[in-house]
Amino acid sequence: MRALQGPVLAIALALVFGAVLIAIDGKNPIEAYGAILSGSLGGIDQIGRTLEKATPLVLAGLAVAFAFKAGLFNIGGQGQLVLGAAFAAWIGYRFSLPGIVHIPLALIVGGLAASILGILVGALKAYRGTHEVITTIMFNFIASNLTTYLVAFPDGPWFEVEGNASNISRTPPIQPSAEIPRLLAGDSSGIPLGFLVAVFAAIVIWWLLAKTTFGFEVVTVGANRHAAVYAGISVKRITVITMAISAFLAGLGGAIETQGVVGRFIPGDNSGLGFDGITIALLAKSNPIAVIPAALLIGALQAGATQMQSRAGVSPDILNLVQAFILFFVAAPMVVRWITRVRSLEEDSGPQLSSSWGAA
Amino acid sequence: MEPAATPATGRFADGPSDEIGPILLEARGITKRFPGVVANDSIDLTLHKGEILGLLGENGAGKSTLVKQLFGIYTPDEGEVFLRGQPLPINNPGDAIEHGMGMVHQHFQLVGPLTVAENIMLGAEKTGGGIFGVLAGRRAADEVRELSERFGLDVDPTAVVEDLPVGVQQRVEILKALYRGAEILILDEPTAVLTPQETDELLQVMRDLAASGVGIIFITHKLREILAVTDRVVVLRGGKWVGTTATAGSTQESLAELMVGRAVVLRVEKGEAHPGDVILDVKGLRADDDRGQQAVKALDLSVRGGEIVGVAGVEGNGQRELVEAITGLRKATGGTITIGDDDTTNWSPRHISELGVAHVPADREKDGVVGGFSIADNLVLNTYFKPPFAKGIVRQFDVIDAQAEDLIEKFDVKTPSIKTPSSSLSGGNKQKLIVARELTAINKLIVAAQPTRGVDVGSIEFIHSQLIAQRDAGHAVLLVSAELDEIFGLSDRIAVIYEGRIVANLPVEDATREQVGLLMAGAGVHDEPVNA
Amino acid sequence: MTTIANPSNTRSFDIRSLGFLLVPLIGVAITLALHAYFGWTSQQQQAVYAGTMRGSAPLLFGALVGIIGEKSGIVNIGIEGQMTLTGFAAFFAAAASGSLLVGVAAALSVGMMTGLFMGWSTITIKMDHIIAGTVLNVFAGGFTNYYYAQGKTMPSFPSWPIPVLEDIPWAGKILFQHGPMVYFAVIGAALLHFGLNYTRWGLRTKAIGEHPSAADTVGISVTKLRYRNITIAGGVAGLAGLSILQSASSFSNTGFSSGRGFIALAVMLFGRYRPFGALGAALLFGYFSALQSQLQLFDTIDIPSEFIGMIPYAFTIIVLAALGYAARSPAALGQPFEKD
Repeated sequence: MRALQGPVLAIALALVFGAVLIAIDGKNPIEAYGAILSGSLGGIDQIGRTLEKATPLVLAGLAVAFAFKAGLFNIGGQGQLVLGAAFAAWIGYRFSLPGIVHIPLALIVGGLAASILGILVGALKAYRGTHEVITTIMFNFIASNLTTYLVAFPDGPWFEVEGNASNISRTPPIQPSAEIPRLLAGDSSGIPLGFLVAVFAAIVIWWLLAKTTFGFEVVTVGANRHAAVYAGISVKRITVITMAISAFLAGLGGAIETQGVVGRFIPGDNSGLGFDGITIALLAKSNPIAVIPAALLIGALQAGATQMQSRAGVSPDILNLVQAFILFFVAAPMVVRWITRVRSLEEDSGPQLSSSWGAA
Repeated sequence: MEPAATPATGRFADGPSDEIGPILLEARGITKRFPGVVANDSIDLTLHKGEILGLLGENGAGKSTLVKQLFGIYTPDEGEVFLRGQPLPINNPGDAIEHGMGMVHQHFQLVGPLTVAENIMLGAEKTGGGIFGVLAGRRAADEVRELSERFGLDVDPTAVVEDLPVGVQQRVEILKALYRGAEILILDEPTAVLTPQETDELLQVMRDLAASGVGIIFITHKLREILAVTDRVVVLRGGKWVGTTATAGSTQESLAELMVGRAVVLRVEKGEAHPGDVILDVKGLRADDDRGQQAVKALDLSVRGGEIVGVAGVEGNGQRELVEAITGLRKATGGTITIGDDDTTNWSPRHISELGVAHVPADREKDGVVGGFSIADNLVLNTYFKPPFAKGIVRQFDVIDAQAEDLIEKFDVKTPSIKTPSSSLSGGNKQKLIVARELTAINKLIVAAQPTRGVDVGSIEFIHSQLIAQRDAGHAVLLVSAELDEIFGLSDRIAVIYEGRIVANLPVEDATREQVGLLMAGAGVHDEPVNA
Repeated sequence: MTTIANPSNTRSFDIRSLGFLLVPLIGVAITLALHAYFGWTSQQQQAVYAGTMRGSAPLLFGALVGIIGEKSGIVNIGIEGQMTLTGFAAFFAAAASGSLLVGVAAALSVGMMTGLFMGWSTITIKMDHIIAGTVLNVFAGGFTNYYYAQGKTMPSFPSWPIPVLEDIPWAGKILFQHGPMVYFAVIGAALLHFGLNYTRWGLRTKAIGEHPSAADTVGISVTKLRYRNITIAGGVAGLAGLSILQSASSFSNTGFSSGRGFIALAVMLFGRYRPFGALGAALLFGYFSALQSQLQLFDTIDIPSEFIGMIPYAFTIIVLAALGYAARSPAALGQPFEKD
């Protein structure tokens, strides 16, 4: 329970800061947060919406958390996710296959497209010492440009030509066989099955890290690179594989978004998700299982944002600020301790990454 | 305990009565607590003008903590410091410097990429005036040159510090203190990095400085040096003051007993060696250091089963690169390494360790343990992937834990539990943890680099006996150590390394300290001795 | 004792110190090749070169922010956020007041506040430097989005053609007909070069970045100097934000800095932490962004604009990969300073 104290206090403080900003704008913070609550948990539809929002967040959070374990900071979740979304859409609309094949194939191709990016980042880091923070950011821009090109009006190779009267840059809709079904969907929108895929991924990552020799290698590289070399672990190999898996997770998040929610690829539709992953990973202290509740929390905030806007007149953009506050307070337990006077709060000062900067 | 006498008469009886000058520095009842330990427990100390005061104690006895409080790096929890009879609050090193104190730290406080003159004037810069604080570089260099001539501490003010040998870097440290007009000089383990000859030179510099009126506090755990240069000795043990004695009339044995608290066997007990086949054979090895300079140059070395070969040398003469090349951590750029029947040149670390090569690394914190990992995980750091510790890719925690319980018992690792993170262990226990891990596997060759650095006497004895047991079991042991006592105590053969080459290979019976010391300094390599 | 008089130990002239000249030389070679390939007119080429100057100003300022921080031992990946926040502040302050000077003051003071924040998080509360920078970046995105208001305009930056020099045929138009920020960037690099290499401040700054405890033991307050420097660097980040504003003439909440804060870090590394090295590198990177906009403008060749848009980012990755481990970071970079 002690481990929960930090994140819970961080969230609480961030919400208080957000409330102050809302109040300064002359809006009612209680009404705003109430709207978020009912918009995210008020009924089966709302809960379904929260799960839907949380699904790519779980995977984006896992991507960051898993890389953290090896001492790598993957800020490129955004670019990887977009690639996954685009390639899953391509498999989804371009081919006609039975659902049992089509769904996993699109998911996997989405993940693999992203992991190519991850391998590039990992290899640059391992063999050229190029810091992943810069390369992943640069690849975000490149991936965004690339996917935009793929679906751009009028010449993009994946541009939807037919039935696109207003010439929106996007792919055609995916075939029904590639759509991820929903559970218990009677009158309501139901439970998105994609969420279960994300939960399953979290469990697999947890198992890898906690129970396997590969996980031990990853964690050793993250904890002490020198000792890892001494122990006979190939730091280069682990760096590349870790980035590949990390990017695969982000790409999978994009693919599920395409196949479970959007139904096609539209550039710019999932912006910000990659960065949410950083907040989630830190909130979860890089624990793969804890990523799930952390993602659900952020997902709930996002699911309730529309209601907040319509009922309390508060722009959903406030949530980005709340998230920045969460990020800050999770990374600065000392400040939280100081503000809240909770002395038992853990000393742990969050992940340490800067030591790997520059010449390794 | 020492009587709480007034400073005026306090320890005159202990000191050489003819040369006593006025008291420069006095500390009374200094107490410093860190979480879980009392590092200094009510310690008193006085230093007179022109005196060399030895501060003696084992690793962890609280010597460094004490002087860091005198110098304002730490603030004492209790106790007072008097400078020239005045109680003075010294809250930071700036205060200490202002009051004429200077300190040469165990880890040099020099900025590598800056020049000697820049390092010396740092914090007390000469500027040409004006709001920009433009440095007067030439004037500073001239002053440094003048100062180094006056004290016989020869350095080139324009040299870049990181390119200088450690002995010269140390001179820069001393000059830095003198440049600020230090009358009290604290030297924290200054000889740890020096050759015997450089040590002798330093001791002479200390005598000269004392003769010119400087009071010196000299920290060391080397009894020989204490006897050679100090006037009085303060001995600490486990954070407590255990005695202050005049150096005249003390012996190595009496001081060692004070320091450790029991009679100490200064010699390592070991029987006759029975060397067998050559197990490690290094021929013409070349390897670069981290900056790409060739550090190992056509080096030849062999170790037989059943013998301990000690590599003696001043740090930075290629020992680290040699060890890393043998264990696969560093690429050999030339030559061959043969272990048993295999040419292992540039094999991977994993491949070499699987061949039966154990490695006790010189830098235990960096290479040897993962601080955040449990003791159990650290004990399988290089065997985690194979049976019985893993089935396929799945780790077998019951086997891992059982081994850990067994090893901490056998190797006397003092810890509350096998789940304790190894970062909370003391230096000696960490080292025993590493030795336990490395010596448990079935080995042909044990490469032990600085195996007892920073380790308490009890652990040193234990680790030494383990290495000798390995030898007696017929394994080859390559010992690399900067401590000549350790080299002489353990080795059957001594290989002296100088500038990346083995310059001499001597049976221990035929070797003398003086001879090895000269060889370590390069005598016999160049036509003229370097330190002439 | 012997004097160590090995020539390699002394600071003599080293041909490698001219390495920064390589960068513009490579740049010139590439441009000549490309221009010949595209068959551009002299006017078009002039436009690319002038664009290079404009485009490199924010990158150079950003790199100077990075250099000041890293020389002091602080990793700053929050430069992107600093540029965004200062650009935002400058734009809306200038738009509201109708005065450019008010905008400049806003950029500088907001920049210094962001610097203080970086200092506080990394020095006082010892947050991981990269996380602290990320917090700043995420906050900047959220803040400017939330408070963004459409439909504002600000007074534009003046053009400061340099008398006489602007009349130099061909080169005058490229080098000496710019807004103030372009000149300030070059002056800034020169000032930092002077400060780092010839002043007490520079000596102490290098000391706290390389070996903070060495500085501490001679009575230099590492904490104070780091705070001072990272705050000054924040002010410089304000100039970076103003430089973007000078070219863009308005703030956009969707793509104001567009990764320039990160590219600036690449510029810093490529310039090997030297201000003049960064100047050369910034020109090279600036050239590629100018090339990008000119290619989109002229539309002379058949490359999709999205690919042209990738140029600065791809170039950054390629340069960093080519650079490899060559740049030596200050030794104590990213580590909190603790008194043992």
